[in-house]
Amino acid sequence: MMGALLVGIYVFVLAIFVGVEIITKIPPTLHTPLMSGANAISGITLVGSIAAAKSGEVAAGSILALVAIIFATINVVGGFLVTDRMLAMFGKKKSRS
Amino acid sequence: MINLLQSTIVPVLYLLSAVLFIFGLKGLTRVRSARRGNAMAALAMLIAIVTTLLELGLVDYRWIITGLVVGGLIGGVAALKVEMTGMPEMVALFNGFGGGASALVALSILWTNLIEKGETGTAATIIGADASIGAVLTILIGSVTITGSLIAFLKLSGRIGGQPTLIPARHVINVALILSCLVLGVYLTFLAAAPDTVALPVLVLTTISLALGVLLVIPIGGADMPVIISFLNSLSGLAAAMTGFVLSNNVLIISGALVGASGLILTQIMCVAMNRTLGNVLFSGFGQEGGTAGSDEYGPVKSYSPEEAAMVLESAESVVIVPGYGLAVAQAQHTVKEVADLLEKKGAKVSYAIHPVAGRMPGHMNVLLAEADVPYEQLIEMDTINPEFKITDAVLVVGANDVVNPAAERDPTSPIAGMPVLEVWDAQSVMVIKRSLSPGFAGIKNELFEYQNNMMVFGDAKKVLQEIVGELKDLLKAA
Repeated sequence: MMGALLVGIYVFVLAIFVGVEIITKIPPTLHTPLMSGANAISGITLVGSIAAAKSGEVAAGSILALVAIIFATINVVGGFLVTDRMLAMFGKKKSRS
Repeated sequence: MINLLQSTIVPVLYLLSAVLFIFGLKGLTRVRSARRGNAMAALAMLIAIVTTLLELGLVDYRWIITGLVVGGLIGGVAALKVEMTGMPEMVALFNGFGGGASALVALSILWTNLIEKGETGTAATIIGADASIGAVLTILIGSVTITGSLIAFLKLSGRIGGQPTLIPARHVINVALILSCLVLGVYLTFLAAAPDTVALPVLVLTTISLALGVLLVIPIGGADMPVIISFLNSLSGLAAAMTGFVLSNNVLIISGALVGASGLILTQIMCVAMNRTLGNVLFSGFGQEGGTAGSDEYGPVKSYSPEEAAMVLESAESVVIVPGYGLAVAQAQHTVKEVADLLEKKGAKVSYAIHPVAGRMPGHMNVLLAEADVPYEQLIEMDTINPEFKITDAVLVVGANDVVNPAAERDPTSPIAGMPVLEVWDAQSVMVIKRSLSPGFAGIKNELFEYQNNMMVFGDAKKVLQEIVGELKDLLKAA
C-alpha cells in the first residue's frame, strides 16, 4: 500500500515540475485560453466519477457519483469547447492574410 | 486476454493520455499551435475515459451514460452561448464544477465503501489510511473550490456586489475551520467505526468545507478577482490530483498536478502585476490599510470633445491604445478597432498596450481584442511598451484607470505604490475616455487626469469612440 502511495507522490511532484516548466513559457496573450483549457483538464476527475458510478444502483453513493459525472462532464465539454472558440479567434487573421 | 488488458494495455493507454495532456499544454505556448494543443488535450481526455471504461469491463452503464449526456449537453450549450466578455464568470463556474466533481467522487467512495457495503471496522482498515486521508483532502479542497468559485461567479457576473464583505475575526474562524476539518479527517480515518458512526463526520466535514469556500472568497473585492480565479483554478487541479491518490490512478495525479501548477503560476503572475502577495489578497480586503491617503479632490482638468480628440489622433504618427475593463463593459472593442483601422489607413503606427490585469481575468483583454479581429502582433505587453511611450504622439486610454495611475511610481504612500503601471504620461498627449472622474477599483484619485498633456474625453466609451470614428472619416475625406 505504501508503495503505491510513494509512487503517487513521486509522480505528483515530477508532474508539478513539468507543469511549471511548460506554463512559464506560455505568453500572456494566451493566459485566458490556458486557464479555461487547464480547467477542462481538471475535469479528468470524470475518470474517477465513472469508476465510482459503475454499480448503477439506486443508492446514495452511486447517486453522488452520477452528480459527479454530470459536473465533471460540464467542465470537460464546456472547457474544451470554449477554449477552442477563443483560440479560433486568435487564428482568424492568419487564414485571411 | 483480460489479464493482458488489465496489466498492460490499460496502463499504457493511461500513459499515452498523460503524455498527450503534456503535449497539449505545450501547444499552448504559441498562438500558432494553441488550437491544436487544446484539441490534443481533449483527445487525451477521450483516451482516459475510454481506458477507464475498458478497465471497468462490463458494468451497469445507466448512471454513466445519463451523466455524460446531461453534462455534455449543459457544458456544450454553455460554451457555445457565452459572450467573450462573460468569459471570467464562465471559467469560474466551470472551475467550480470541476472541484465539486472531485469532492463528490470522494464522498461517493466513502459512502459506498464505509456505509453501504456494511463492512465493520475503521476507514483505515476498510479502504486504507492513505485512500481515506486522500478522500478527506479531496472533500476539503473540492468543496472549497465549488463554493469559492460560485461566489466568484456571482461577483464577476454582478449578481452580488464586487465590494469585499469583511467578517470580523474571519482569520481566526478560517483557521479554526481548517483545523477542525483535519481533526475530523483523522477521526474519520482511524477512530470512527463503519458503518454506524462515519456518516456524521463525513457530513460535518463537507459542510465545514463548503462554508470555508464562501468565507475565503466573500472578503475579496472585484479588483482581485483575476488572482482568485487563478487560485481556484489551481485548487480544482489539486482536488483532481487528490482523487488520483484515492483511486491510485496516475493520470489523475499527473493532470491534476499540471492544472495545479498552471493555476499557481497564473496566480503568481497576477499578484506581481498588482504588486500584492497571495496572502495579502486572501487575507485583507483591498484598500483596508491607508486607502484614504491624500486628497480625492481634483484640481483643474482639461476636457476635450470627441471632435478635438479626433483631430489630435489625425495628426499623430504613432498612437498607442490602452484598453481597460471599461472597454469590455461598454463592448467597445469593435469600435476601437475601427478607430485603429482609420488611423492605420492614413499611415499612423497603431499598437495596443496590454496591462497584465486589463480585463477581468489573466489575458482577458487579448481575447476580447482577438474577437474584434485585432492582430495579436499589435498587442504589446507592458514591459515592452513602457519605453516606447516617450516616442509616442498620442495615447488613447479607453476605460482604464488604476493601470495608468502615476501614483504607483511617484507616491510611496499610495495604496497602489509599487504596482507596475503603463507609463502613458511620457507620451506627447494622452486622451482618457471615461464617464466621469470617479475612481477605479483601487478607490483612489488618478493624478494623470490633472497633467498638462492629459485630456479627458467624458462619455460612454462606445459612444465617444463612434463619434471619433465619424470625425476621423470626415477628416480623412477632407485631406
